[in-house]
Amino acid sequence: MIAHAIFFYFFSIIAILSAIMVVVSRNTVHAVFFLILDFVSIGCLFIMVGAEFLGMMMLIVYVGAVAVLFLFVVMIMNVSEQKLSWLRGSKKSNHIPVGLVISFVILLELIVVVGGWKYKSSFLNTRSLNFDGGLTNTHQLGNVMYTEYIHLFQISGIILLLSMIGAIVLTYRKREGVKRQNYFTQISREPEDAVKLVDVNFKEGVKLDD
Amino acid sequence: MIEISLGHYLVLGAVIFSLGMIGIFLNRKNVIVILMSIELILLAVNINLVSFSIFLQDIVGQVFTMLILTVAAAEAAIGLAIIVVYYRNKGSIRVEEINQMKG
Repeated sequence: MIAHAIFFYFFSIIAILSAIMVVVSRNTVHAVFFLILDFVSIGCLFIMVGAEFLGMMMLIVYVGAVAVLFLFVVMIMNVSEQKLSWLRGSKKSNHIPVGLVISFVILLELIVVVGGWKYKSSFLNTRSLNFDGGLTNTHQLGNVMYTEYIHLFQISGIILLLSMIGAIVLTYRKREGVKRQNYFTQISREPEDAVKLVDVNFKEGVKLDD
Repeated sequence: MIEISLGHYLVLGAVIFSLGMIGIFLNRKNVIVILMSIELILLAVNINLVSFSIFLQDIVGQVFTMLILTVAAAEAAIGLAIIVVYYRNKGSIRVEEINQMKG
């Protein structure tokens, strides 16, 4: 139990500090690195609390895909270093104190509400039918996800497909001066377009490229 | 304090959620940090769902966490594509200079 407490505080303090660094960091590349640290520590918390599959998924999806995508975009756009101080802002925008106040009020409200969360003791002792203690976490998740929630699973696949198509359509552009292979024009080419028959006179030859 | 309960995890989720919101409000640098703050907010929601799922012993919360993970990945891809297109057209993604729609 004490090991649980020690590891919980260790990982959660790292997660909160790195989240703060994501927000206040001057350099965007450093912000992406702190975001990766945040994801890793939350993934460790998930593994520690018993959701191993989601912890590993966190590593694969967030760290392996999303954070690397962020890193790519930051590096290809050369926006990493910004001289402007993050708290000062410009003259005409004075929404920063208001934003801070609203954020702290929401934080206080959330802590007041969820910090005092209590269940009826009869409700805490119930155990859901799909939670079989004898199986591993991945096994339980698969048992539920591929039977009861198969439609949501397929819809999430469609969402991924849509996002892939959307990203390609958004960033695709035709460049000028790049020769491309066009299958339709290749196949629809006729002999009359390509070959020219010339009667060659004696001792005159053929004049090319006229 | 030593006994880690559901409330500890919920407070951790609340803190990370608020940090993400502060990041959205205060950011003056570029839109990418705003997208990262949105990722933080989704991460906080994931923490809440997983901790409820573990402490109430119901696996369905983890199924929904998987779905949120999917949506977060799709949103990051689309958002970054939009940012790349905007940067290609305007040459800057500073938050203060994005005022074309006068909103």
